[in-house]
Amino acid sequence: MAYVTVTGGQEAIEAAKKLADTYRLDPQQPPLDPSLIQKQMRLLVDRIMSEGGLYAPELASLALKQSEGDTFEAAFLLRAYRSTLPRNHYSHVLDMENMRVIRRISSSFKDIPGGQVLGPTYDFTHRLLRFDLMDEHLSRDDLSALEESLPDGVEWRDKNLTFTKVAGILRDQGLLGRNPALSDTEPPFDITREKYTSPAPRSARLQALARGETGAMMALAYSSMRGYGAVHPTIGELRVGYAPVCIPHPYQEGESVYVGETLVTEVETINKFATNEESGEVEFFLGYGCCFGQNELKAISMAILDRSISDGGTAPAEDEEFVLEHIDSIEANGFVSHLKLPHYVTFQSKLDRIRATKEKQNGGE
Amino acid sequence: MKTAQEHNQSYNYAFLDEPSKREIRRKTLKAVAIPGYQVPFASRELPIARGWGTGGLQLTLSLIGDDDCVKVIDQGSDDSVNAVSIRNLVQETTNVSVTTQTEAATIIQSRHRIPEVPLTPEQVLVLQVPKPEPLRNVESSEKRTRIQHGEKNYNAMWLELYEDIVKWDHALFDADYPVMVHGRYLMAPSPIPRWDTPKLHQSSFLTLLGAGREKKIYAVPPYTDVEPLQFDDYPFQVESFNSKACTRCGSTDVFLEENTDETNGEVHYQCSDTAYCNKVLDEKGGR
Repeated sequence: MAYVTVTGGQEAIEAAKKLADTYRLDPQQPPLDPSLIQKQMRLLVDRIMSEGGLYAPELASLALKQSEGDTFEAAFLLRAYRSTLPRNHYSHVLDMENMRVIRRISSSFKDIPGGQVLGPTYDFTHRLLRFDLMDEHLSRDDLSALEESLPDGVEWRDKNLTFTKVAGILRDQGLLGRNPALSDTEPPFDITREKYTSPAPRSARLQALARGETGAMMALAYSSMRGYGAVHPTIGELRVGYAPVCIPHPYQEGESVYVGETLVTEVETINKFATNEESGEVEFFLGYGCCFGQNELKAISMAILDRSISDGGTAPAEDEEFVLEHIDSIEANGFVSHLKLPHYVTFQSKLDRIRATKEKQNGGE
Repeated sequence: MKTAQEHNQSYNYAFLDEPSKREIRRKTLKAVAIPGYQVPFASRELPIARGWGTGGLQLTLSLIGDDDCVKVIDQGSDDSVNAVSIRNLVQETTNVSVTTQTEAATIIQSRHRIPEVPLTPEQVLVLQVPKPEPLRNVESSEKRTRIQHGEKNYNAMWLELYEDIVKWDHALFDADYPVMVHGRYLMAPSPIPRWDTPKLHQSSFLTLLGAGREKKIYAVPPYTDVEPLQFDDYPFQVESFNSKACTRCGSTDVFLEENTDETNGEVHYQCSDTAYCNKVLDEKGGR
């Protein structure tokens, strides 16, 4: 290995890395155990897994610790790690009806088969700071008492709730169309292995949206609802739960193998109706959103953007290329941040142009 | 605690998994076969941020082997923090030798400069590209620029150049001056200064350009025509330094960077290519 003289840049990088660690650590405190993040920053971990495109709660927790809680940096760490892993399998299309549901609501119907399941949510809590959490103590008995006070008591863990889809009700009545079905035999267009071009195959669009940055997607979805676009849907169903993941059996054709379950949020929105060009029927159009973890804001935003792109139009949220190319946290973050790199050469070239232009204006040459 | 060395052996050689590297090499071959044409590729995320050289780095990582010797420069400098960071990553994941001497390198990864020392047929120049699409300033949609390339419809760029001349009496393109490659594809040569643009024309070496964020690979193979957009009566011009010389090594026929002395406000010039500057100084026995 050739030796490169240690120079200013090298030393500065090393020192900056050490300095960042000293900012992160305090001798008066124990260093953060990633398992604490995994349990107690659950929603943040979910968000990072979804934006990082890797279902790995432990690694997402580590990434959050390492990045001092910077969500962009944490998702970036996961993505970079993901690049080192070969793609071995494509799963079958997830069977959402067999999802082990922890939360499931519909804003279209009051009574849905199986009922509304509020599940773990802050939706209807008052956003008052709970000062008692400043100094929280919890014994095993306290936790048992908390669980026993639930409507289902300690049994809540063992409840295995599965529900039929709300969209099915409308579909049975011939009121709701279908999105083009994703094939279960053909592998999907894989955006991590191929660059998509617009118009993107549906599987590519859904992947790009599923990995998008929550805030960016929310802003674009909001723009469509507010006036730069026309999507203001009703939520047919929002469900959060553990979906079983199966892959094709590596040796036996036609068989599949269960490999585990992933926590996902799935949203189906019901939009305006129009005549379906294929069937000639008047139908509601569906918007579809799905992402890793419990991240309802993102799944709803995704459903709005999916619909908005399909409808098309001139608003930003209706332009597929505009939406898909600008919601990726890793790409947007990287390029905006690259402005911190030196631009001495390019700026010198710009200086040359402005000086030459001034000379021309002053009658030189 | 693991040392950096041990830890990094838990990653694949040159970081990326082998099928990924193979895909990049295949796309690179296609790029070489169609000079100036932007070949889409999947582009993996790297431990270096998007927009910080990941396109160039993926090319380097996919090409590198034990016999290679790598040089990494950022804006002409081997010692710029980003160049150091990229070089360290290459070295930590491959253990190949690295160098700052242009002549000693087999692969030169560069951001925004082509070295002053003429490269040889044995060397590959890898340029990092922020914006691979030369038409992007005149057409924001990728869908439409792809059609324009297909039809060799570069009217909008010629119009841009014409409007500059009408309004300002010369072209305003600074770095990343658009070029026609072998009379077919309009190409963004990456933000190299205009000073470096002629070095691509009929060069003896292979130039590969990689845009990680925009997911494009393109190439200028050896002995290919690379001509800047220009009108006969308004020829392409490189940056002018009015015969200024580098205050350190005295070179005049090089791309210079100007700096202002903070004590007396005087402007002085220095070679942007630091390896070249050191070489000249060494030859003069001045270091």
